[in-house]
Amino acid sequence: MSDALIFDAVRTPRGRGSQKGSLASLTSVDISAQMINALIHRNHLPGHDIEDVIWGNATQIGEQGGCLARAVVLMSELDDAVPGLTINRFCASGLEAVNLAAGQIHAGEKTGYIAGGVEMMSRVTMGSDGAAMAVDPRIAMKMAFVPQGISADLIATEYGFSREDCDRYACQSQQRAARAWTEDRFKHSIVAVHDINHREVLAQDEHLRPETDMAVLAELKPSFADMGEGMPGFDKVALLKYPHLEAIEHVHHPGNSSGIVDGAAAILIGNEEFGAPLELRPKARVLSMAKVGSEPTIMLTGPIAATRLALKRANLEISDIDLFEVNEAFAAIPLLFMHEFGVDDEKVNVNGGAISLGHPLGATGVILLSSAVEELERADLSTALVTLCVGGGMGVATVIERV
Amino acid sequence: MSDFHYQKEADGIAVISWDVAGARINTMTRESLRELASHFDSAFSDGKVRGVVLTSAKKDFSGGMALDTFHQIRGQEPTEEADALFAHIMEFHQIIRRIEWAGRELKSGRSGKPVIAALPGTAVGIGYEIPLACHRIIAAKNPKARIGLPEIKVGLFPAAGGTARLIRRLGIEGAAPLMLKGTLLSPEKALAANLIDAVAEPDELIEKAKEWALGAEPEDIVKPWDRKGYRMPGGTPYSSKGYLSFMGACAMVSGNTSGVYPAVNAMMSAIYEGAQVPFDTALKVEARWFSKLLMEASSLNMLQTLFLDTKALEKGARRPATIKKSELKKIGVVGAGMMGSGIALVSAQAGLEVVLIDQDLNAASRGKGKIEKLLAAQVKRRRVAESETRHILERIKPSQEYETLSGADFVIEAVYENPALKGEVLARIDRSVDCMIASNTSTLPISDLAKSCQTPSTFLGVHFFSPVDRMRLVEIIRGKETDDAAVALAIDFVSRIRKTPIVVNDARFFYANRCVIPYLNEGIRMVGEGVRPPLIENVARQCGMPVGPLQLVDETSIELAVSIAKATKSALGADYGHNDADEVIFKLASLGRLGRKSKAGFFEYSETGHRLRLWHGLGVYFPEATPQPNAEKVRNRLLMIQALEAVRALEEGVLTDVREGNVGAILGWGFAPWSGGPFGWLDGLIANQSVLSLCDDLSRQFGERFVAPKLLVDKATRREKFSVH
Repeated sequence: MSDALIFDAVRTPRGRGSQKGSLASLTSVDISAQMINALIHRNHLPGHDIEDVIWGNATQIGEQGGCLARAVVLMSELDDAVPGLTINRFCASGLEAVNLAAGQIHAGEKTGYIAGGVEMMSRVTMGSDGAAMAVDPRIAMKMAFVPQGISADLIATEYGFSREDCDRYACQSQQRAARAWTEDRFKHSIVAVHDINHREVLAQDEHLRPETDMAVLAELKPSFADMGEGMPGFDKVALLKYPHLEAIEHVHHPGNSSGIVDGAAAILIGNEEFGAPLELRPKARVLSMAKVGSEPTIMLTGPIAATRLALKRANLEISDIDLFEVNEAFAAIPLLFMHEFGVDDEKVNVNGGAISLGHPLGATGVILLSSAVEELERADLSTALVTLCVGGGMGVATVIERV
Repeated sequence: MSDFHYQKEADGIAVISWDVAGARINTMTRESLRELASHFDSAFSDGKVRGVVLTSAKKDFSGGMALDTFHQIRGQEPTEEADALFAHIMEFHQIIRRIEWAGRELKSGRSGKPVIAALPGTAVGIGYEIPLACHRIIAAKNPKARIGLPEIKVGLFPAAGGTARLIRRLGIEGAAPLMLKGTLLSPEKALAANLIDAVAEPDELIEKAKEWALGAEPEDIVKPWDRKGYRMPGGTPYSSKGYLSFMGACAMVSGNTSGVYPAVNAMMSAIYEGAQVPFDTALKVEARWFSKLLMEASSLNMLQTLFLDTKALEKGARRPATIKKSELKKIGVVGAGMMGSGIALVSAQAGLEVVLIDQDLNAASRGKGKIEKLLAAQVKRRRVAESETRHILERIKPSQEYETLSGADFVIEAVYENPALKGEVLARIDRSVDCMIASNTSTLPISDLAKSCQTPSTFLGVHFFSPVDRMRLVEIIRGKETDDAAVALAIDFVSRIRKTPIVVNDARFFYANRCVIPYLNEGIRMVGEGVRPPLIENVARQCGMPVGPLQLVDETSIELAVSIAKATKSALGADYGHNDADEVIFKLASLGRLGRKSKAGFFEYSETGHRLRLWHGLGVYFPEATPQPNAEKVRNRLLMIQALEAVRALEEGVLTDVREGNVGAILGWGFAPWSGGPFGWLDGLIANQSVLSLCDDLSRQFGERFVAPKLLVDKATRREKFSVH
């Protein structure tokens, strides 16, 4: 089996996911193509020498529909001979794109891939592509479908994470993200986004609010209490699966949940035979990967089983991992992760995460991986684990090792 | 035999009048529908006919499908059953579709003929689904008329095009709640809700209908869903607005039904899948889901119990046949408390003269005051017209004089549950009248009370449920010496006040309370065992019980539970044995937590008595056990404890009819209606051969109360159902 080596990782700064966001005037295909072009330029890649472009995206409709990856290839400086594959594993689409590439590299001959993802949440509304699991009674009523926010609150209730715990976590995420920017910890992976006239559009993440403190967060109203307790009453649906709970504590709000943003990210991954002739220096290698299905009503606990499986496959213990990127979809998710594995807070999401920086669904997995690659180098560490919870009850994890 | 009159009138309108011979109300069968089709075909092919009015010669249009016919189309080989059902339902669709197209042809461009449904009165079920396929619906301003699709209430859903047409007419947000609740509306409200197109004075109904038919334009004769560019109001499941509606609908339905009602789930799927396809495909989808539903045992159990058996009991299935039916005119109610006033009210509403007696005129008048309040609440809920209240109240005469009972056809004693007081009052009634006498009681042995009457044969027990004006069931308790005439009279009375009677023999707690008390105790025992209280309450409701056991104990009062436990203990003596539940209620009572009335019980309450949450102290006195049982185990305990008690009641002859056991359980204490009653539930477990092992497991783990009674063992061993249908 040949190693899947990560040669480079780039990401856009994350723009606020509304019409006021700096990226909102650019298309999903455009910012995706800019990331691919950045990889081409930074690594002096010939345009034809890529096996495939695998692109993650969670809302494949409109400009993000119709095999987005092929559209991205056609807009980019890659040769027409490179195909393109779009995949959807919701929030883990980006990481899954990387894992699919890695898996094919493990099996293949001389080969290189670009794996990435994009989500322009300001342009393509989350959920606007429809989902049978939310509305088809044969699924929704069978699995007790509830929206993710209800699931996150359910996790908090089940594991006893209070509103304060979640808010404290959110403040820390903001502080860590601010420190990362002050110390320029994203300098290798951030690629500024430009318009068609080469004018710079965005060079820094714009979602973060370093001034956030407990008092500010205490002001915010829980986001999911109305739909849970009022109409249409999702709490009652969740309690069908969790009848030992009397009620769901609604602890999540916009300040301790992931931000709605625009963004794209890409990595260049291949085996040694691909990298050597191009004189590429590998930064990390993929040690193991895992994806799991988990109980769909509580929905967001998948990282636990995915992590266990990925560690097992890498023949590692949790204590062997130096650095964790656990997607901050909601504060309860990293809290659950630390609770389950007893991992030190100082190793988890050290440069902030989706709460402070935003969560461009299909891109986030690649962004977390790029952050991990950069931080391993900066802090001179060896191993990192990246994991994301996924809608519908799934989880994905990837373990990498610095080369 | 003809169920319809066909009349071609001089103005060119064909009037098809539904009039099933010998029936009080028109109901539909396959044969009737075929006949109706032939009349429509005549009208459509007759060049002189310009339009069709579909109406009824009776005061109502139709009560819907003849529901007993569903059993006839089943019972074939399973592989053929699906085919047969589907073909049967598709035939209905095709006929109704033919009415909807009314002779119109796309190829030749031939226009159809206007078809208008003119509803003189009630039109429900298929009796509204056929009008939905007509080009216009006009209803008489008949305040007694009810229009809508109530199928869900008997475990079915509207499948003669009802889901397909109503969601296309009203959109999901308008149509789904009506069909999910089985809401029936008066003509005025039906017009406001767009279920119908117009109303008319009753004597102008046909004239107005003809007027429309004669003036109809070609576009009036094409249903919206048959026009180009039709869009469903509010959007289909994957439109931006419709998506949220469908998501919300799934959640609300799951939350309200816990997914235990197959008819609800099938209807939701028929709506969701049907909304995404053209109309004729939607009919196919509807037929497919309805066929599936009819093949589910639980939906048939529900239909059997909630419709067929209930109707049979209401019509006097258990009435001693040789006794002449009595025409009641006047009754007496002694005791003007909550139960007595309620009984007086429902009797007066049924047109009976009522003497309401209490120890003095003040007390009796206070009773009438309660009745006025109850009536006002009914007016507010629009169950009674305000104009009727005066007549109802006039029929109730408060009094302190037992002499005013003279001439009564039936007297009901409804004073407090105190044997001495009841005995004394009964003796006074007995001296004053010469008619049948009943005691309203939920706990006291009837044969003991009978001793206060000179002729025990004319005395029996009635057990009304609270609140009397809302609860449909009445238990009639036959004492040792009660004769058939008394039972017949009591049944006649219960039918007259439009409630459902079951007749049981005299034994401790009769039937309903006998089964409810173990349910409460099982919940309380679990608290004692350290089962998390929310698990008990949630699982109870999720398996279809209207109220969890702990909430129910709080409502009926922990004090009462304590006194019942003590009384039972003293009555049974050494046979009583140890009861884990007692420890819990004695502890709560000792802490002053006496239930809702003391604003403290298993639950915490606000100052105003509003239930807030389960009391956290329960976890202190009864620490949480590890591991916790799973939901299925809790569910099995809660349902089985009731069902086994029902079997014992049958075994001991307290119950003598399985139908009464099922109907009484659902109407009396809300036993999981989806199951068709405790015997329906057990029949399901007998059919899949799990009932005895389930009892074994439960008895091994939780005690002898779960040992299967011999009757159940015999039935299960022979794989024989309790129900006879």
